[in-house]
Amino acid sequence: MSGKLEINNLNKYFGDKSRKLGVLNDINLEIHEGEFVTILGKSGCGKSTLLRIIAGLETNYEGTVLLDGELIKKPSLDKGIVFQDHRLFPWLTVEENIGYGVPDKQKNKNDLVQDFIELVGLKNFEKSLPSQLSGGMAQRTAIARALVNKPKVLLLDEPFGALDAMTRINMQEEILKIWKREKTTIVLVTHDIEEAVYLGDRAVVLSSRPGKIKEICNVDISRPRDRVSDQFVLKKRKIYYDFFDEVEVPFTYAI
Amino acid sequence: MKKRKTTIEILKYVSLPVFIIILWEFAAVKGWITPYTLPAPSKIFRTLITSIENLSLFKNILASVIRVFTGFLLAAFAAIFIGIFISLSKNFEIVTRFVLQVLKPIPPIAWIPIAIVWFGIGEPSKIFIIFMGAFFPIFVNVVDGIKQIDKRFVEVSKVFEIPNLKFIRKVVIPGALPSIMSGLRVGLGTAWICVVAAEMIAATNGIGYMLMDGRQLSQPDVVILAMLVVGVIGKLMDDVLGIIERKIVYW
Repeated sequence: MSGKLEINNLNKYFGDKSRKLGVLNDINLEIHEGEFVTILGKSGCGKSTLLRIIAGLETNYEGTVLLDGELIKKPSLDKGIVFQDHRLFPWLTVEENIGYGVPDKQKNKNDLVQDFIELVGLKNFEKSLPSQLSGGMAQRTAIARALVNKPKVLLLDEPFGALDAMTRINMQEEILKIWKREKTTIVLVTHDIEEAVYLGDRAVVLSSRPGKIKEICNVDISRPRDRVSDQFVLKKRKIYYDFFDEVEVPFTYAI
Repeated sequence: MKKRKTTIEILKYVSLPVFIIILWEFAAVKGWITPYTLPAPSKIFRTLITSIENLSLFKNILASVIRVFTGFLLAAFAAIFIGIFISLSKNFEIVTRFVLQVLKPIPPIAWIPIAIVWFGIGEPSKIFIIFMGAFFPIFVNVVDGIKQIDKRFVEVSKVFEIPNLKFIRKVVIPGALPSIMSGLRVGLGTAWICVVAAEMIAATNGIGYMLMDGRQLSQPDVVILAMLVVGVIGKLMDDVLGIIERKIVYW
């Protein structure tokens, strides 16, 4: 069993309980080994907080989060994470950044790093500094860094949010390719409905303030998926209407 | 095209100094300034040549520079070491906070009487003054540099379970390096100021000594020459550190 996540009765507040500024409310979710799950929600709905809790970066909450049956208490190599800002060290080259998390005593460290450099398509950029990379390339480096230790679960917090639309599509293909090869459990947080449906086996829709699971959409469309196929559009539309039903309905014109 | 631009820049760069010297010489020749209040550049130049020929200038510069570097390097090592310790250990920081904050505002020159009593009038007392001058600028910048290291890098290191020593080597020091380098530049500057002041009190060589000697012998040209030498050497030292900084902080 490797990479199974269980989130039980998760509740998180800011401030004390009497004021109850709810961030996350009654989250119950099970993510299976090797599954690709997307978490979809608006800005501020708590989805990043949820991911950080899974990563072990936040520990102040009620409920339990288990990885392969063990309580998650702090960050670890098991739970690789990619942030929206690449967080590469500016003074290290691409290969040094990727190798940063690899224990020095690891045998064949160079081969391992090189393998992942090629996996994310950055061959020939091994000795570049982050300042010399484009946004997409920097994120790919961050992804390679997160994967190089073969974590049980890979967490991505709006990883493509800072990239332009075309690069974003490329990166989505990249991450699917990587997933196919590494077969890691992946949890990806996004505010992009299309991204959530395109990538996820299941898409977990969170409502806002407090973050509650509104629905879990089972995206049972076979891969590779066609972004403009009827099936796909249907799934998207369903989520779209779910989403916008809790906000003031955008005015419609009666003609 | 590019070459012409640089030539124009050079011209601009030297224009003011040259203008000042010409005006100054003119004023001396015209009698607007007397040789006692402000000697002419030509006189100072002749004094310069003399001191180069009899090697006294080089000996004095060398003596001062050696003192500066000794005191500065000691201060740099101490400041970086203590700075890192304080940044990483909350207990150590609280325990040492009062003493350091009280020592910090004391001007290095105020330490001279104590230095003479403790170390005599030889080299150690001068090195001590220089040390006290360079320590705090460097120290403050080390602590600040470490403090402003992005918490996000700390998070990344936690995720990768990086052992403490590796974290300090690979994240803390490079992350703080820009701040540390600028602290070193300021520290070297104050070290140089302190060496001249310390020598003016009790020394038998050095630029500060040369200045005081010139004053005692009523040689304003020597005094002004010494001042100019101090300024030029101080600038050159800063230039050198600037070059080193660009190499070390390559990103």
